[in-house]
Amino acid sequence: MTRSLDRTELGLILALPILICLAFILPKWIVNYVQVSMGTGLVALGVMIQMRAGLVSFGQGLYFCVGGYAAGMAAKFMGISDLFVLLAFGIIAALVLSTVLGFLLRKYREIFFAMLSLAVSMILFGLLSSTEELGSTDGFNLPTATYLGWAPAGETARLTLYTITCVVVIGCAIGLNRFLKGPIGYINEAIRENELRVEYLGTSAHKAVHITYVLAAVVSSVGGVLWALALGHIDPEMTNWTTSGQFVFVSILSGIGNISAPLIGTFILEVVRIYAVELSPNTWQMILGTVMLLTIIFLPKGLWSVVATKKKPEQEKLAATTPAAGE
Amino acid sequence: MLTAVAIAVDGLGFAAWLFLSSVGLTLIYGVMRILNIAHGGFYALGAYSSAWAIGLYTQTGSTIALTFLIIPLAALMAGVVSGLLVERGILRFMYGRDEVLMVLVTYAIFLILEDVTKLIWGTESYVAWQPAFYFGTIDVFTIPYTIYKFIIIGVAIAVGLALFIGLNRTRIGKLLLVVIEDREISGALGINVRRFFTVTFVIGATLGALGGAITAPEISVSPGIGAEIIVLSFAVIVIGGMGSIGGAMLGAIIVGFARAASVHLYPPAELFSIYLVMAAVLAVKPYGLFALAESRKI
Repeated sequence: MTRSLDRTELGLILALPILICLAFILPKWIVNYVQVSMGTGLVALGVMIQMRAGLVSFGQGLYFCVGGYAAGMAAKFMGISDLFVLLAFGIIAALVLSTVLGFLLRKYREIFFAMLSLAVSMILFGLLSSTEELGSTDGFNLPTATYLGWAPAGETARLTLYTITCVVVIGCAIGLNRFLKGPIGYINEAIRENELRVEYLGTSAHKAVHITYVLAAVVSSVGGVLWALALGHIDPEMTNWTTSGQFVFVSILSGIGNISAPLIGTFILEVVRIYAVELSPNTWQMILGTVMLLTIIFLPKGLWSVVATKKKPEQEKLAATTPAAGE
Repeated sequence: MLTAVAIAVDGLGFAAWLFLSSVGLTLIYGVMRILNIAHGGFYALGAYSSAWAIGLYTQTGSTIALTFLIIPLAALMAGVVSGLLVERGILRFMYGRDEVLMVLVTYAIFLILEDVTKLIWGTESYVAWQPAFYFGTIDVFTIPYTIYKFIIIGVAIAVGLALFIGLNRTRIGKLLLVVIEDREISGALGINVRRFFTVTFVIGATLGALGGAITAPEISVSPGIGAEIIVLSFAVIVIGGMGSIGGAMLGAIIVGFARAASVHLYPPAELFSIYLVMAAVLAVKPYGLFALAESRKI
């Protein structure tokens, strides 16, 4: 962790003050969307780091929901409204659940991983939808966040929450970038290419997948807590498979090339959604599906590949001419 | 005792519905190795076209008996048209791509189909209850059931038998089994694999539409039914082993009875119990109960 910052991290750190300043310049509703999409963007990040290992989680909404509900229940039943304590509740809940489930899920690959993660997230959906104490399908409201005893109100509260969201999200992104550039990040890419060879080389693919799974879960739960506090409301839709599908959609659309791609992708999607829903509410999903198909056909590595190839054409060319071993 | 009877009959009813809705999905996966999320879209198209056609027909005031002809016709129309469009228009350009990527492609198609249904039929619900009560009800140990429920069970058994005979006793069916076994070798032996793909996909789509069409009289057809059925169908075919028709039948029975049992014994657990069963089966048999043998390629 003593390495100097790479370009992505530098960019993220530079983006932080700009993001925070935006809150004072842009109209309130845009800032709101930025804040909300940072929450869901973290979940897309969780999907993306698993995609690096070739695993498509069709149930990442599970941890998004676990984070939101852990914070919500702590607020509802224990009267806690401190953001940092709520975040801790979300993280611990996701950590415990994902560590346990990881022992099961790490054995699965490809479609089976997608199906089982979907099944697990739907278990929670079924459970929450039928729990009267938690408002069943309507969910319940969260209080306004406080910060270590300081309880701002009105405009100050909004800006404080926004600023802290920015800091946490950028922090998570940098941490994940380090993770992807670290040993396990590279093992994950090797697993995607050929898992059997990874095992032959003497590394445990199961362990790497497990760690990635837990990390993705924790990041998603942080996203869930921040999203819940930004909206002030949670409901079981957070863990429905259609929600999880949108996280996968964002990761496909933006690509897995760079850590900031899913964050930007989520925001773009959120903006497109606002206008699409406004213009023609009944064709919104059709637009989404068409864009997804076109992305898969024409930009298999996502929108980020457009940015990336323009930046370093020589490196790309070099990579293209060097045949991968075993092909 | 009454609860046991209710669970048995309802379980069979659920199982028949689930089998009809998911057998097309497992067929398509077995032959094409595509886990088709768009199947939910076919189901919804079938349900809407059947409910809509029944609604139009009953307005004319003619005999209700003919609606039993309308239901399969509506399913056939919806399934063949949409199945052909999706396979010829989109999927055939994608063959050979990664299995997981195909899931995402069909997810995109599902999203498009959802809105196509909304554009054609709007967002209000359609209720076409007439066929469901045409034959009246029958008492099973003093619990009244519509005869229609037993017709669905009969149709499910007939579809299962037809598929079994079609696959194991006819020339085309046997060729299809060869394609399922090894796509490459069967292509080398002179079987037109692509044509089998098209035919299978259309049959699968039609079966999905039939599942929707036959259920339409029992439910209120409204947006979102496709998203609901597809996760249930996943549970069914994953439990049975993806690609196995016998597996789909067993999976449907397991899920159907799990759901019926929780509905009668502890209603809040209804949704939860299905996925719990699925996760439990997968924890023991990772690739389902009747998984196809898969060689590990190095």
